[in-house]
Order: sequence, then structure tokens, then C-alpha cells
Amino acid sequence: MSTGHCWSCEKPAEHNLFCKFCDTLQRPATDYYRFFDLPKKLVIDAAELQKRFYSLSKLLHPDRYTRRPQTERDYSLEATAILNDGYRVLRDPIKRAEYILSEAGFENAEQRTKDIPPEMLEEVFELNMALEESDKSQLGEFERRFEAMQGELDVELTALYQKWDKVQDKQTLAEVRGVLNKRKYISNLLNTIHGNLSD
Amino acid sequence: MGTFQIDFGNSKSQRIVGIDLGTTNSLVAYMDAAAPKVIPGADGDPLVPSVVSLTPEGEIIAGNEALKALITNPESTIYSVKRLMGRGIADVSDELKLFPFRIAEGSESVIKLKLGDKTYTPPEISAFILKQLKENAETELNEDVTQAVITVPAYFNDAQRQATKDAGRIAGLEVLRLVNEPTAAALAYGLDKRKEGIVAVYDFGGGTFDISILKLQEGIFEVLATGGDTHLGGDDIDNILLRVALEDIASEWGADISANPEAVQTLRRAVINAKHQLSTLPAVNIEFSFQGRHYKRELTREVFDKLITPVIDRTLSACRRCMSDAGLKPEQIDEVVLVGGSTRTPLVRSAVEVLFKARPHTELDPDKVVAMGAAVQAAILSGDVKDQLLLDVTPLSLGIETMGGLVSKLIHRNSTIPASATESFTTGVDNQTNVLIHVVQGEREMVRDCRSLARFDLKGIDPMPAGFARIEVRFLIDANGILNVTARDVRAGKEQTIEVKPSYGLTDEQVEGMILESIEMAQDDIQERQVREARVEADNILAATEKAQQNNAFFELEETEQQQITKATNELRVVYHGDDYHLIRNKIEQLNEVTMKLAENMMNTAVSKALKGTKIE
Repeated sequence: MSTGHCWSCEKPAEHNLFCKFCDTLQRPATDYYRFFDLPKKLVIDAAELQKRFYSLSKLLHPDRYTRRPQTERDYSLEATAILNDGYRVLRDPIKRAEYILSEAGFENAEQRTKDIPPEMLEEVFELNMALEESDKSQLGEFERRFEAMQGELDVELTALYQKWDKVQDKQTLAEVRGVLNKRKYISNLLNTIHGNLSD
Repeated sequence: MGTFQIDFGNSKSQRIVGIDLGTTNSLVAYMDAAAPKVIPGADGDPLVPSVVSLTPEGEIIAGNEALKALITNPESTIYSVKRLMGRGIADVSDELKLFPFRIAEGSESVIKLKLGDKTYTPPEISAFILKQLKENAETELNEDVTQAVITVPAYFNDAQRQATKDAGRIAGLEVLRLVNEPTAAALAYGLDKRKEGIVAVYDFGGGTFDISILKLQEGIFEVLATGGDTHLGGDDIDNILLRVALEDIASEWGADISANPEAVQTLRRAVINAKHQLSTLPAVNIEFSFQGRHYKRELTREVFDKLITPVIDRTLSACRRCMSDAGLKPEQIDEVVLVGGSTRTPLVRSAVEVLFKARPHTELDPDKVVAMGAAVQAAILSGDVKDQLLLDVTPLSLGIETMGGLVSKLIHRNSTIPASATESFTTGVDNQTNVLIHVVQGEREMVRDCRSLARFDLKGIDPMPAGFARIEVRFLIDANGILNVTARDVRAGKEQTIEVKPSYGLTDEQVEGMILESIEMAQDDIQERQVREARVEADNILAATEKAQQNNAFFELEETEQQQITKATNELRVVYHGDDYHLIRNKIEQLNEVTMKLAENMMNTAVSKALKGTKIE
């Protein structure tokens, strides 16, 4: 983050990408939302995000700094890496929520038994049997069921995202965390099934 | 003002060239006004065969001349060196059986090739090709060329990219950017089309296969996914045909000629010719003569297609994977572009058309389109082209080794580059002062199934109880697809020293050494030229002296003066054949001195004759 002064003209810096006095590239901010100049919300307009990604790319990409001083070249590389990392995170609803959660001090998604709904346990037991016998038709049946469950969780998530965007409280984030953990568990099961079906 | 000059002193618009450093052929191109142009060599051919040869006179040559030597002098000639770039001997042991050239001892981390009594690494061999291209460009543009964009297969890993950059440095070129070949081709096509939509680039070259899917929008070429095989190309088709022909000859002649490099290379040329002709003809003859025996076999396109189907199928499954990575179905691909000489094969064209359900573009010469795209990228870097920008991806996931030989992925494949990831490390035992990090590239879960990139040793950690230290390591893949690592001791708040041991490839010191050696070689070249020039001068003065010795003026000299001239002439003749141009020049000087009076006398005679003539008039 540009703290204090512009590295080039030494005039006061104001946390912008470019110095407003001499127009040189400054050390970039690392907060993805601030980088894209977007409000911290869980619901993001994908088209608007892509628009910003393209216009920032045109401003910051190392290709534009080949014949600039080394400091600006370094900042360009750094800024573009943050831009690309940020775009990857913000355009994916799951990664985006994980990002906000980790900023808020929540642990990363882990497979925790307490997040697995009890009614799932029997399903998973049956799934393991089907996997062992590699019963393709039964696996296909599981695939459909789990995909439907994932769809329900996504609806639930969308509602939670909208709720948090209004209230921005810790309680809602905790709920998001719980649903994401369930979703992670189911997507792991789906990955196992896909792996088996494509063998 | 002073700093301004220093900062922007090198912004003087020196031209940046675009280079396609191919497996079979290499090209150099530049942006002329608004269109990319490929530069021809001295023989008029823009395609410089990627072949390097040591002549019996001890000179190293590259390009078309070296290609001829592939038949006459196969053991001192190296081709397809791109397949060896950034690789260890274990990676290429299979295909080395088909190469006639010899591998030197100690080739585990960098392959060393024997050429005469010296050994060269693949980047050094590639540098000879690059030097030829540099020279062609300098002749064409009539200016020094020191900066270049070089293309690499999209699927090249870190070591292969680094090796390409090293080759550029050894050849005296600052490599401003490595660009992926299929993306370069898209740039070349996109320049005059300015279309928006999804484009697939199918790039089937001499030694590598790449598939890239891009989204074109608002002048941005965003790569969505890429895939391929760095060991799949026209060479593989040649090898199939070669094997079949060798077996056929063995059964027909009752003799196995596969151990004779000259015979194998001649037969290889014959099957390559047949392959090329089959692009337009339904059937051809493979003809081959060796030691008075003649072999002739008809090859129909039908049989040819059957033989190469397994190779084509491998490219198609890579295409399907790439589409699924991009989250696209064939119907969503708007256009397909064909790149690389192998796409001239009719079976390739029809297979691609069926797969993508789109008629492939072939307007631009598939041999030249990559170099043209490299020239476009060069113009983007120089600022001459402002409305286009390429956003490429990393083809392979980057990870680190964790407990039990497992890989923890930090940057996933198909991430837009530059891309970065930060990971925290700590110590496992009390007072531990360094941490070893093993970086790998690949998609598999186990370290042993991935490619080892490098080992980083984080040093100088302050001694403290286990688990207390916190070292933050930042992995950054730059716009060239090359990894950079920095580390910071969070508690001490200081930058951490990192010692890097690349698993494959050359260390910086080794590259520096090669640059020096190549400068010494350049000095050898200069020395040679000086000798040649001195000899030409000696020829002139010797001829003039010989002529003057028939002149009356010579006999008018005193006897000692005559003897001096004869002596100086003989001495020059003695040093003439040596390599010391200083000595030759020295003797020329001496002869010049002792013939001074003779020359004056001759001049006077001529003048007085002329004066007499005027009087009579």
C-alpha cells in the first residue's frame, strides 16, 4: 500500500493506483475489493466485474511497462498478479465468500463432522457400497441426488449472501460458513463419483 | 532532468523482433508499419531450419547449410534440439534412440550434446539458431537487434521456458517476453479481423502439440484454457513412417540398416518427403537407395491415415480436455485456427473440423503465423500497438511438497498470469534456522508424479522454539510463465535469503559462463575475419611487387635495395599462411617500406614519360 508519499515525485500519495501528480504506478493495495473499487458485498455483478478486470488489465499489465523504470515495472507485475488473483476469487461465488470469511477471521473450509447433516450419513454409507461394487447405474443415481442437494444449498447461499449484504453481521457469516462446509462435503462426494464414472 | 535521462534513456525506440524458435524451423519477424513481416535469410528463405552442424573445418553453422550436413555429416549435426530443452536425460531416453547425435556424460540435470570434441547444452545449440536469426534481422533492418519476443509451446513447463530464455541471453538477445505459440497465432489472426468471440487455436508443429481456447473482446485476448503435449508432433509421424520403412527394408533385404546413421537420415528424408506429398496426392512412392540397393514402396493416403490415427487421437483428447477446462462445448467455439506444419495433413484438418464443428482458418501460412504473432506482441511491448492486450494462463499447476510426498497446490493450471500465492512456513524442531521447500509443477497428487522445479532453502531464521517462526513465501508466476520466489520472516520483519537449486536447467552462473564463452567465440570469428582481410591485402601488395620487379625501375635500384625487397617478399609469403594477422600486417608494412623508393622511381618515370608526351603534342 502506498503509505505517505509517491515513490517517484515524493508528493503525498492518496492510496490510488496512480499518483495524481506525476501519474506513475504506485505500490498496489492487496485488498481485492478495494483493488476493483467495489463495495464489500457477497453478490457481485459478473458483467461489471469483467468490465473492470479488462480496463484494469489495460492499465496495469507488464506489457504496458516494458520501457518504464524498474520500480514501475515491479509494481506493474505485482499489481497485475493481485488483479488476476482477485478476479479469480471474486468471479467465483464460493471463493468470494471464502475470501470474505477469512478476512473476517473464520477458518478455511474443512471437512468437519458436525457440519455433515445426520441424514447424510446413511446416504454416504450406501454410496461407499456402490463405489466398492462400482455400480455405474447406482452411482449415476447418487450423482443426480447430490447435484440436486448442491442446487438447494446454492439457493440457500444466495439468500444468505443477500441477507449479509444488507446487515453485514457475524451471525450471518457463521451461517454462510456452515452452508459452505456442507457444500464442500457434497462436492467432494461428487468428485469421487465423477472420478469413478470416468474410469 | 538528470534522472529523466537515466530513467528513459533506453526508451529510444529500438526495434523488438519476434522469433518463432521451432522444433523443425525457426523464423524471425518484425512489425512493418501496421503488418507483421517475416524476414528472409541470405538465401531468400525465411524458414531457417532448426539444425546446427559442426563442419569438418571446425566451424559451427546453422540453418539450411546445416540441414544439408544432416545427410553428409549426421554425427556432427543436431536437429530437433527443442525437444531436449529444459529436460534431463531420463525424460528423453526413449527418443534419444532415434537421434544420431551423441550425449555426453553427466547429463542428468542438463543434457550435454557432443559436437566434435566440445559439449553443448540445448540452450547453447538453440543460441546458434537464434544468432542466425538475429543476423538475418540485422541485415534486413540495417540496425542492431538486441531485444526479442520468443515464442514457446503453451504447454512448456518452467524449466523449458527458462532454457529458452537462457538461449536468448547466450545469443546476445534480451528476451522481453516469452509468448505461447497458439496465443501468438491468435494475435496474428486477430490483428486484421478484430472479431469478438471464442477462438480455438490448434497448433500441431514438428515436436509439440498445443491447444488454446481464447475469448476475444474489446481488444483483449483472454486465454480461457490451454493444454497439450510437449512431446507430440510431426516428428512422431516421421518416426512411425521411419520404423515401418526400416522393418520393410529389413524383411526385403534381409539386412537391418537402422544402426547406420547416414542410411537412417537419408531414409528419414525420404519418408518426410512422402508425408509432405501426401498432403496433396492420394498416393506416393517412398524411394531409397543405399549401397547399390534400391527400395521402393507405394504409400497410399489411406494407409498413411491409418498409421497416424493414434497420433491424431492424442491431439483430439487434449482438445476435449481443454474445452472442458474452459467450461465450453464444441458448439460454443466460434472459430478454429490451424497452426504448425503438421496441420497441412488432410486427416488433421478433417478431424479438427469434425471435433469443433467449425471450418478451420488456414488463410495465414501455418509455418509463419507464430512468428508474425510474436512480431505483434513485440509491437505491443514497444507501445506501437496500443489497442490489443494478451492475457495468457499458466498451463500447469504449481505446488509444494507436503507431508508424505503429497502435493499442495498453490496456483492452479489455467490461472491468468501473472499469478501469485502466499504460503506460511514454520520450523519443525527447536532452534531450526532453515526450511527447505520443494516446488513442483503438474496435476498429480503425489510429488513423484509431478515435475520437480526447484528446491528453495530459506536461511537465516532466528533460533526459537519449534513452530514459532513464521516465514511467508510468495510464489509469483510472471507474464513469461516463469516462477519467482520471495520470502519474508514475519516475526523479524526482514526479507529472507533464498538459495535456489533448480532441478533441471542451468544456474545463473552457468548461463553467465556460456555468454562469456560465446563472446570468446565471437572474438574467434573477428580474429578469423582479420586474418582473411590481411591476406587479401598481402595478395595485392605481393602481386604489385612482382609486377614492379619486371620494371626497369627495379633494375635501377642498388643491389642491396633489390635484396631487401626480395627478402621482405619471402618473409610475407612465409607468415601469409599463419593465423596471426598482426604478423601478416607487420610484414606487409615492412614490404611497403622497402618498396617505397621503387614505387617513387616508377612514378617519376611515368610522370616524365607523360610530360615528354605533352611536349611532343
